[in-house]
This record gives sequence, C-alpha cells and structure tokens, in this order.
Amino acid sequence: MSLEHFLNQAVSSWMSEEGPDSDIVLTTRIRLARNFEQYKFPTLFSHQEAQQVISEMEQLLQNSGLQKFGQMELLKIEDMQPLQKRVLVEKHLISPQLAEDSPYGAVLLTENEEISIMINEEDHIRIQCLFPGLQLTEALQAANEIDDWLESHIQYAFDEKYGYLTSCPTNVGTGIRASVMMHLPGLILTQQMNRIIPAINQLGLVVRGIYGEGSEALGNIFQISNQITLGKSEEDICRDLIGVVSQLISQERSAREALRKTSNIQLEDRVFRSLGVLTNSRIIESKEAARCLSDVRLGIDMGYIQNMSKSILNELMILTQPGFLQQYAGGQLRPHERDIRRAALIRERLKMEFNKL
Amino acid sequence: MICQECHQRPAAFHFTKIVNGEKTEVNLCEVCAQEKGEILMFNGQSGFDFNNLLAGLLKIDPTFQKPSQSPFQQEELLHCENCSMTFPQFLKLGRFGCSHCYDTFKDQLQPVLRRLHSGNWTHNGKIPKRIGGDLHLRKQLEELKEGLQKCISLEEFETAAKIRDEIRSIEKKLTSGYEGGK
Ligand SMILES: [Zn+2]
Ligand SMILES: [Zn+2]
Repeated sequence: MSLEHFLNQAVSSWMSEEGPDSDIVLTTRIRLARNFEQYKFPTLFSHQEAQQVISEMEQLLQNSGLQKFGQMELLKIEDMQPLQKRVLVEKHLISPQLAEDSPYGAVLLTENEEISIMINEEDHIRIQCLFPGLQLTEALQAANEIDDWLESHIQYAFDEKYGYLTSCPTNVGTGIRASVMMHLPGLILTQQMNRIIPAINQLGLVVRGIYGEGSEALGNIFQISNQITLGKSEEDICRDLIGVVSQLISQERSAREALRKTSNIQLEDRVFRSLGVLTNSRIIESKEAARCLSDVRLGIDMGYIQNMSKSILNELMILTQPGFLQQYAGGQLRPHERDIRRAALIRERLKMEFNKL
Repeated sequence: MICQECHQRPAAFHFTKIVNGEKTEVNLCEVCAQEKGEILMFNGQSGFDFNNLLAGLLKIDPTFQKPSQSPFQQEELLHCENCSMTFPQFLKLGRFGCSHCYDTFKDQLQPVLRRLHSGNWTHNGKIPKRIGGDLHLRKQLEELKEGLQKCISLEEFETAAKIRDEIRSIEKKLTSGYEGGK
C-alpha cells in the first residue's frame, strides 16, 4: 500500500484540519455517558440484555433522523480483528476497555470520525464528539444534539436528584467528560509544568500525559479534563475548562516568546537537529520519535521551519503507534521491526512535505 | 500500619498506585489523605486503583461503619431488588449493577458522592425533555424558599426582600407554562 493511500484511509479530519488555537490545542473532545432505564448496567447485564441494547441501537440506525449527524456505521467488537480494534483505540475512537473487556461492545462511527458512540462499554451508551482545535462549545452542542435525538427514542436512566445514572458513581449527574489535548513544549522547556499541574488539580481538573504514563508525557502532549460530573451544569463544566485552557494557552505562548528571547539559537538548533533525526533515522523508538515530532511542531509554530504541515505532529503521533504501523506493514511486527517501520514511515511522510516545495 | 506521610497517625487509606506498570502501595492517615486526597483522586482512574480508593472512602465513613453493630452488619444484607447487587459487591467492583442501585444504596451513597464531586451531591445539569423542562425552576424555587426562611429568622430583611422578588419571578415563569428548561 502506498503511504498516500494509507494516509487517506487513516487520517481523520480532526487529525489533519486546523481548529481555533490549533498552534497549542490539538483536539477537543466531549463524552456523554448514558444508560437505558430498563436494562441492567454492563457490569451485570445478561447476554440477552446486551443483545437487546445493540439491537435497539441498530434499529435507531435505520431511522433517517440519525443520518443528519452523518453517515454512520455500526461495528461490533466480536467481529473485529485485534489489529482493527487497536487502530481504533490509537485514534481515540474507542476506549481500550471497549476493545479488550467488552465482549458485547460495539461502536457507531460517522464517516468523518468526528462522532463515535460506544455501546456496552462501562455504560450502555457513550456519545463522543472529537473536534480539531479548541471547540468545547461546538463539541458540546454537537454531543447534545445527538443526545437529544437519542433521548427522544430511548428511555434513559435519569433521577431528579442524581441526574443521569451511570455505572460508576464518578460519572453520575451530567455524565460528561470534557477534555482538551494540548501541546505544551514551552512550559516543559521552561520547567513550569510541575508547578502548574497541582494548581490545575486544585481546580477539580485532571491533567494526563496522553501517550506516556504518569507525569512523563510523550511528545509534550497533555490532556486536561474535568473530574467532577455532579452538581455543575454541562455549560459551567466547559466554561471552567475553557478558563483554565485559555490561561495555559497564554502561558505557553509567553514561554515560547521567552525561549525565543533567551535561547533563540539553541532552540533553533534543537528544532533542526530533531528534524534531522526524523529525516534520516533508520531505527526510532516511539519515545524519541515523540520528542522529535514535538520539537519539529514547535519549530513550525515558531516559524523556524516553513512550508510544513502543522498536522504532522498530530498525524504522526497517532500513525506511529504499534497498531497503525502493523496495519501499514500488513501484518504483525516485533518491537524491533516496529522501530524500523516507524523510522521509514516518518521519513516517507516528511519526503511528501519536502516534495511539496 | 503507620501513615507514610506524617509517620504519626495510623494509616486509614490504602491505595495501589501504578507507575510505569509497577504497583506501589500508598498508606495514608485520614488527615494526610485529605490533604493529598484531591491530587490522588483527581489523577485517578489511569494511575490509581479506583476500586480500592472507593472502598477506602467508604470504610472510613462513620455512617457505614458502626462499631456497635452486630457481626451481621445491616449493609451486608442490603441488596438491590432489581439486580440483587449487595453493598460489599459494589465496594469490590466500584460499579453499580443497575439504575435502581442508586436508590437502594442512597444512604451510603451521599457521603461518597460528596467526596467524589467536591461536596456536590445533587444534579444541576441537563434534564431529559420528557421529564419536564421546569424541574430546574421547581428545584431553584425550593432552595430560595428555604433561604428566605433563614433570612427572616436572622432578620436579614434586605436580603429576604431580594429573594422574595426572585421567588416571584420564578413562580411567574412556572405558571406561564415555561418550557424547555433553558
Ligand atoms: Zn498522616
Ligand atoms: Zn441494582
């Protein structure tokens, strides 16, 4: 398969398009957890109940009303190959839990992959909207529209006091998880992130490294999301998140300007060394690739590198995950083989950029 | 076991922290857990074993553990009529079995929700249209009426007058067949 053909198939609009503040905010996601009133939660439901949930959703899919949200397709976990599941996880379209621990799981996906509805994961329904850049209000509106439509056809589990009832009490109430994925190399290089994370936690928000574990964030990419789902409205939850994210954006921008003033040549050197590694390496581990991709993206945003797509970080962070590499290779790869493939894919992708010139 | 943070009080919280796939035990007393608690909890789910955390939260709750109770604790017997989940089962799984569980375990649930959601325990967000758009207003009205009584008893008449105006405007909305909840 040619790389261009592979990219056409693999890259979703939210990965390649630019949204507001997309020099720092990569994507925005809204997730709503909902359950059917009449069936037990997936924790305890019977095989039969699980099938009923899926067939209810299948019936709704026949309804033309759902089509206004885009052409949708229902994929059952049991029908998917391990590699196919892995690729969907790497694209954040389904959760690892749906792929690995939900035998009766399924997902409704729109063609542009902006909307995915997970079925029979921890809750019966999880509506997810994924937008490029910082678009919390827009994503919330989109999720609400789907939710309203579903709600007119489904009897949701809802309580006047506790709100939308979810399998886990951490999600009860609004059932909302609003999250924003941010590229924060400036705050890392100026060593401010360790100070900022606890402050954000104090505000009831969670900061996570996206691909790394714990505090080590691969590619300087962080996800900021709400923790509290009960007692605040969806709009307030999003507003609070936007407030913190806007502050982070301006802090990141001033960190970048400070770096330009104090260490211009060092920064430029770092950016072009990383570009050199990506353009020339024959073997590259995901950690090194992530670091170099982050540098190159910073170089593009700060104008050191010109005529290169900004989406390269977003795209390649996802496409150089093991599942995608194996899909591109057309079969299983051992870790060492992956590192070779990863290097090759990055080189080829960069060549496409250079050929544009 | 002694708290690993202050090395003084006995540890009441026991978390399993997973860093780079390595499990580490964290043992804290109630004071230190509350101090660190937010950070621990908010970083939760990915890094921390949530079920242990939940069980920890419930075990130190005085409404749950009464030392004077007989060995056959009441909570052991309490189970959901619809899905037959018991409270110990919920503690173990960290998940409810069905929507009725929220009602079954409501007495145990309130303190848990308060801790998980920064002191909140009632929904203040979206409401399905079929349930009625004026639910918010009715809720708000109730709260305002309570506030009004309080102000009057404290002789804060200026505030009371403001609240009364708010009550009137909400009552007007309710009687004029306010729809949609927004
Ligand atoms: Zn202590
Ligand atoms: Zn139940």
